[in-house]
Amino acid sequence: MSKFSRNRWAVFAVGLLLVVLALSACQSAAPAPEAGGEEEAAAAEEGGSLLDEIKARGVLRCGVNSSLPGFGYIDEDGNNVGFDVDFCRAIAAAVLGDANAVEYTTLNADQRFPALQTGEVDVLIRNTTWTLTRDTDLGLDFTVTTFYDGQGYMVRAGEFNSVEELDGATICVTSGTTTEANLADDFAARGLTFTPNVFSETADTHQTFVEGACDAETSDKSQLAALRSAEPNPEDYVILPETISKEPLGPVVRANDSDWRDVVMWTVFAMIEAERLGVNQANVDSFLDSDDIQIQRLLGTGEDDLGALLGLPKDWAYQIIKQVGNYGDVYDRHLTPIGIERAGSLNAHWTEGGLIYAPAFR
Amino acid sequence: MSESSSILSLEEQAAVPFWRDIHVLRWLFQIIVLVLTVLFLGLLANNLVTNLRKVGLSLSFEFLFRPAGFSISEGPPFDPRAPVWKAYLVGVANTLRAAGIGIVLATILGTIVGIARLSRNWLVSRVALVYIEIMQNTPLLVQLFFWFTLVKALPSQQRETIIRVPYQTLHLGPVEIPPLAYFSQRAAALPGLQTQESFRFWWPFLVLAFVTAYVAWRVRIYLKEREGHPPTGQFWWATGAFVLSLVIGWLVVPGSPLRITIPTLVGEGRIVNYEGGWVLTNNFQALLLGLVLYTAAFIAEVVRAGIQSVPYGQIEAATALGFTRGQQLRLIIMPQALRVIIPPLINQYLNLTKNSSLAIAVAFPDLFNVSQTIGNQTGQNTQVIAMVMGSYLMMSLSISLVMNIVNKRMQIVER
Repeated sequence: MSKFSRNRWAVFAVGLLLVVLALSACQSAAPAPEAGGEEEAAAAEEGGSLLDEIKARGVLRCGVNSSLPGFGYIDEDGNNVGFDVDFCRAIAAAVLGDANAVEYTTLNADQRFPALQTGEVDVLIRNTTWTLTRDTDLGLDFTVTTFYDGQGYMVRAGEFNSVEELDGATICVTSGTTTEANLADDFAARGLTFTPNVFSETADTHQTFVEGACDAETSDKSQLAALRSAEPNPEDYVILPETISKEPLGPVVRANDSDWRDVVMWTVFAMIEAERLGVNQANVDSFLDSDDIQIQRLLGTGEDDLGALLGLPKDWAYQIIKQVGNYGDVYDRHLTPIGIERAGSLNAHWTEGGLIYAPAFR
Repeated sequence: MSESSSILSLEEQAAVPFWRDIHVLRWLFQIIVLVLTVLFLGLLANNLVTNLRKVGLSLSFEFLFRPAGFSISEGPPFDPRAPVWKAYLVGVANTLRAAGIGIVLATILGTIVGIARLSRNWLVSRVALVYIEIMQNTPLLVQLFFWFTLVKALPSQQRETIIRVPYQTLHLGPVEIPPLAYFSQRAAALPGLQTQESFRFWWPFLVLAFVTAYVAWRVRIYLKEREGHPPTGQFWWATGAFVLSLVIGWLVVPGSPLRITIPTLVGEGRIVNYEGGWVLTNNFQALLLGLVLYTAAFIAEVVRAGIQSVPYGQIEAATALGFTRGQQLRLIIMPQALRVIIPPLINQYLNLTKNSSLAIAVAFPDLFNVSQTIGNQTGQNTQVIAMVMGSYLMMSLSISLVMNIVNKRMQIVER
């Protein structure tokens, strides 16, 4: 008897689920123009930008990687450190005046977008590639490219010399990445076959490759270089010369919050501009009484108050440079030690032939 | 006196206002609860849709028809240019394969261990006990990592290092036996059955074979009972009918419908792959080992409990009547034990099926793993999760349905 009534409950629950789904389907079929009005209303209700919320909260919530040497990892003292992490710190310095007012959330590739979409983190700085689909379809806005990367393959030294030799190979790759899709595209274009071995954690992907169960590992080249450098014998592995994709990496925020997006973008631009002006973490104090109008605008020491236009304190850029450093400082601190050369790469300053460029500060 | 008071109470009952009438109230509460539940769920759904729209997401299922753009390591052949829904079906197929094979193997192993647990041989019963305790009391996820690490510790898939069984080509007089199976850290390859062109003509005979086997079984029982003898030999009749149907089919169909394929190594240099045979990847091996060994420990306890639920008097009576131990188990104990065994067994089958979603830990592309990839490549996580939950719900309810039918039959036989 009890079994019977349980079955009835099951049917009842399923019925309810269907009703809810039907309801939601009706909702999503509603005409689009109405949606715009609702958005504005909702934004007005909540009192505007995430920027105000962060100021009130007093801490920046930042989504980062924890297992990628150089970009985002945990050091021996248990702190989040890395190239990406320093941009979190820079934003916190600009907004809150304290680079340490950051609450880090460690995310893997699968978790990162839902975490940003649901508001678990304010900004995602986790070696995330800017693609059209992600920018439009996921409810996200990309900001600035902080690192220009490209996908490559890592193999054991002496086994292969080019991608063409990898026909029939088993290839380790991390799920939820552009890498996974590029891999399929690249092999199809070359007319080669392969077997993917897909892991959800970068660490598992790499370990399985090292153990020998994959012929090659594919990822962004910077990531491969970082993983290689962390091996006991880096010379046992080589990164093949081919670069098969464009991987522009940078911070991501939720869509339709222009004020917050501006703050994230201009924080990065300030670091780039500071490098062009020769202002770095070590010498920034000596520029406080500079007569150079450009430096005055950047550091907020002159008449112009660019910070106010962003909703930030006047010395926002000074705080970034003093507490975190300019773009070059951050690059040299994290990426130079693991052997990712800057000179001559796309990540050189634009004055030296790279793509690292900031719009005008005025 | 007592009579008049009872009449009074009847009148009172008739005059009870509807808000105190138990029949009305019963329905009223049901309706209130229903309305509240619907409202609550409606609120949640509305909340979801509003928030998704705020960040520019919709709940449309249009993404299912876009090209997937990623490849899947095993399962039915899949082209990255195929639509997303096909990728999803590959995931479903892989889950069904893992769960199906897992359930069969776990049942066999579980039954053996369950019986071994009751063995009068001290060593056998202790070994079974240790196995059950270790498997039941460590997390399945940890076990999966353990098996995955173990499988990956096998020799690499190179011509010089790979394990061959037999080790090399054997020469037994005129007969040559090449290596039949290979084991490496990437995949094992075993001899397998491959369907040929004419299989599509032959499979109806396979269905027919089951039917004729059933008919033969019934006929034999009927004949024996008509003669007044206890039914014996129906198993051999059924087997004979089964084999005969298949052989006739084999002769009628042009060419052979099935072929045994023995794996061979192909490729020179650094990349060596298998051709032919039944290939089990390290991911699948780890998943299957984990699911089977874990679930079998629980099934063993279910079987042991079932056997012990049969009163000892039954065994004494059977012994007195001259049944051997095997006959007792087969004819007296098991039919009664199954009554107790089947309901918790259903539960274990459901557990195994649901636990197969841990495949993501060992990179086996099951339903959940593929869905995660779909969710990430398309960004439509809400719909994908809803689909995944719906799929697992359907699988679980199907297993329950089938097993409940089996259970009901067992109950009737017992009565």
